[in-house]
Amino acid sequence: MPAVQETVDRVKSIDVDQYKYGFETKIESDRAPKGLDESTVRFISAKKGEPEWMLEWRLEAFRRWKTMSEPNWARVKVNPIDYQDLYYYSAPKTTAGPKSLAEVDPELLKTYAKLGISLHEQEILAGVDPAGRTKVAVDAVFDSVSVVTTFQEELKKAGVIFGSISEAIKNHPELVKKYLGSVVPVTDNFFATLNSAVFSDGSFVYIPKGVRCPMELSTYFRINERNTGQFERTLIIADEGAYVSYLEGCTAPMRDENQLHAAVVELVALEGAEIKYSTVQNWYPGDAQGKGGIYNFVTKRGDCRGNNSKISWTQVETGSAITWKYPSCILRGDNSQGEFYSIAISNGHQQVDSGTKMIHLGKNTSSRIISKGIAAGVSQNTYRGLVSAHRKATNARNFTNCDSLLIGDKCGAHTTPYIEAKNSSAVFEHEATTSKISEDMLFYCRSRGLSGEEAVALVVNGFVKDVLQHLPMEFAVEAQKLIAISLEGSVG
Amino acid sequence: MNAEVKMMRTAAEAAYADALTALPAPEAIRSLREKALRLFAEKGLPHRRVEEWKYTDLRALIREMPPLAKGADGAAIAEAKKNSVLTNIGAREITFVNGAFVAELSNLKGLEKGLSITTLADALAKDASLVTLLAKINPNKYDAVFALNTAALNEGILIEVAPGAQITQPIHVRHIVTGTSPVSVFGRAVVKVGAKAQATLVQSHVGPDTVAYQTNTVLQLSVADDAELDVVRVQAEGDKAIHLSMMIGAIGNESRFRSFALTTGGAASRHTVPFAYAGRNARATIAGATLLRGKQHADTTLEIDHAMPGGESRELYKTVLDDEANGVFQGLIIVRPDAQKTDGRMMSAALLLGDNAEMDNKPELEIFADDVQCAHGATTGALDDDLLFYLRARGIPKKEAESLLIQSFFGEAVETIENAKIRDAVMNLAGGWLAARS
Repeated sequence: MPAVQETVDRVKSIDVDQYKYGFETKIESDRAPKGLDESTVRFISAKKGEPEWMLEWRLEAFRRWKTMSEPNWARVKVNPIDYQDLYYYSAPKTTAGPKSLAEVDPELLKTYAKLGISLHEQEILAGVDPAGRTKVAVDAVFDSVSVVTTFQEELKKAGVIFGSISEAIKNHPELVKKYLGSVVPVTDNFFATLNSAVFSDGSFVYIPKGVRCPMELSTYFRINERNTGQFERTLIIADEGAYVSYLEGCTAPMRDENQLHAAVVELVALEGAEIKYSTVQNWYPGDAQGKGGIYNFVTKRGDCRGNNSKISWTQVETGSAITWKYPSCILRGDNSQGEFYSIAISNGHQQVDSGTKMIHLGKNTSSRIISKGIAAGVSQNTYRGLVSAHRKATNARNFTNCDSLLIGDKCGAHTTPYIEAKNSSAVFEHEATTSKISEDMLFYCRSRGLSGEEAVALVVNGFVKDVLQHLPMEFAVEAQKLIAISLEGSVG
Repeated sequence: MNAEVKMMRTAAEAAYADALTALPAPEAIRSLREKALRLFAEKGLPHRRVEEWKYTDLRALIREMPPLAKGADGAAIAEAKKNSVLTNIGAREITFVNGAFVAELSNLKGLEKGLSITTLADALAKDASLVTLLAKINPNKYDAVFALNTAALNEGILIEVAPGAQITQPIHVRHIVTGTSPVSVFGRAVVKVGAKAQATLVQSHVGPDTVAYQTNTVLQLSVADDAELDVVRVQAEGDKAIHLSMMIGAIGNESRFRSFALTTGGAASRHTVPFAYAGRNARATIAGATLLRGKQHADTTLEIDHAMPGGESRELYKTVLDDEANGVFQGLIIVRPDAQKTDGRMMSAALLLGDNAEMDNKPELEIFADDVQCAHGATTGALDDDLLFYLRARGIPKKEAESLLIQSFFGEAVETIENAKIRDAVMNLAGGWLAARS
């Protein structure tokens, strides 16, 4: 049975308790002084050569942030974060305007090679049948700065703007001014406001009217420097009738202190537009004793602003010591659709509090939520979601399914959905289950020669299949491997 | 958004504190009452930023406190006599009018063997250990309704079923409010069912329409090993009333518990059920039907706490909302680390008849053990047009067809009542609600 052999080999190839992305790249970097005050915000803005209005925008956010306190309603225990003991800006020194990949620090390229992210076309296509090539344009963000964006020419031909947000602020201020902060307001929440003040880079995508983006767009985020917070900002705008599929991947080196990652992602879908946003989040989760790891406090929100628009979130969350993340959809346009597919795996001492919000405002809007949570070790895994239909949102429709799987008797899996129907024509269905992997299934697999761990990986992959289906192919393969790695050591 | 807000003490909070401080307390419970009042003075009424009260903002609902009810005079008793809610179920009746025990309307004669029914005042005089039971809330956390109820602890009833006793006649505790001016009424009932015993308890709450009175009642239940208890509760308060209630339960090894709650009354009501599995392999069904119209608001909050292994729980709530009514269901199933082999299933379904009706569902699972089966479901929707069409195509008028569908919708929950007489009586009450539908 070759399939079984493949599974056995794969599991063998994985070293137990090893986070394979846990290396550090030694390259010189340019950092802002430690701590946060107005001068840090000015420093970042000056470094990016931003116009005056952008600086004002940041300063306003910073002033607001000073009056706010951290949210404490999530089911996570966070060690106090000293916001003055962080570097808010760190950029690889070699980034002074690389014109092509050849000018990029080879160390950096090696990093990406190690990550399995190929910036070169041929590498991306490696192993893929040349006839059926899929192209992926990559924007790589290293620490806080966008390093390189591939396929610029081809995208330009289609009229697609894809690049770092700092470039967009310089080159397309009218778009940035119009849309930045329009989905996640500056004052939205503690971490989003902090991000608004100090965000250093991120990706910007604009798909013009009626354009179907010719390839998948991808961003890789990497935290490298010690003691840095990473605050990236992503803004994606799909104009009328446009379509884009966007992938996001994240990794970080192993460190024994906690590092803060507070990103903001804003999606705007105008009439008839569709945005598909996929994430494989694999930040360093901390060691077996729960030391270190990334605090992943992210605000992601999509606005189906036009009629007949659609936003779909797919996420595979396996990393981070603490995840606090609720990718949401505001279904403003009539007939708009929102989707959320999520796999959240927690092992060791990880804590996950994640879910989504579907806010139905327009008529005939529909949404679907499929969430699969898997808790192992001594981790806590919470689904927290909101589905609401406004008074005028006639014929709003939602289906929610959130299942949790428990592996081991020391972990916890929790479900906290809020379902608010303010309209009689709204039809909402919600179901949630929690159970452990059935002994029968494990016995069945093991009696056919699979080890305990392989059997668990197999069952879990079956459990999350509904979500994996919605990932782009390249990601789906990576996600499956990640699931196997994340669950290592979970079976005795 | 995240800024801390220091709340001012509201007029109602101050009025409660003053009225309850002035209320004379029997010696046995004085310190208990003082402690509860201090706690209330400190924490006050919950508002929407208190997670458990997110959908029922007591601070906003309770603007003022009507004066404490002065008990039952002749006129009140005469008025109470006219009330006929669930008087046809062949039950032993115990009646409280305006919070006061009325012997004339209560039947304490010829108690079955093993059954003891005493007023709380008498019981406290006999058994001082009762105080510790009265002080108990499960889980042990602050609840404004419980704190107020304890601070106002005065009259109530203690029902005890001796081990092994099989009490076949249902016991009906009636809470009747009378008169035309608003009052505040408090009540407490304690039910203890001994090992291997069996009993059925019915509780009804009624009062006059157009009077903005407030009621606060707490029912404390303990079901010992191998025992069985059925509870049916009908809340049919007047249309301007505010009704706050709790059912605090703990059940023992191999015990069986069933409860059903019909909620049709009150301008605003909240029923909280902190329910603990204190023994192994216990089974409980907690069901309810909520039928609301106008601008009524009703909140049911369950906290099902599986602390011991092998527990089985079934929760089924049906909510029908007409006009601009607002239904709230919050249901939490907790499975603690030792509660392996727990089987929990919770379902909340809402039928929205009025265009501006609102249903807020928050079913929660909090699981710390791995060998469990837990699930919850929540649905919200309008009447199915296809089903209506089917019935109308067979010559059934629209209103009647709707009634049939609505009845079959909440009927599923009513059917969990074991006692056929009580089940029929409850179905009749619900039918009355349907008939009054315009």
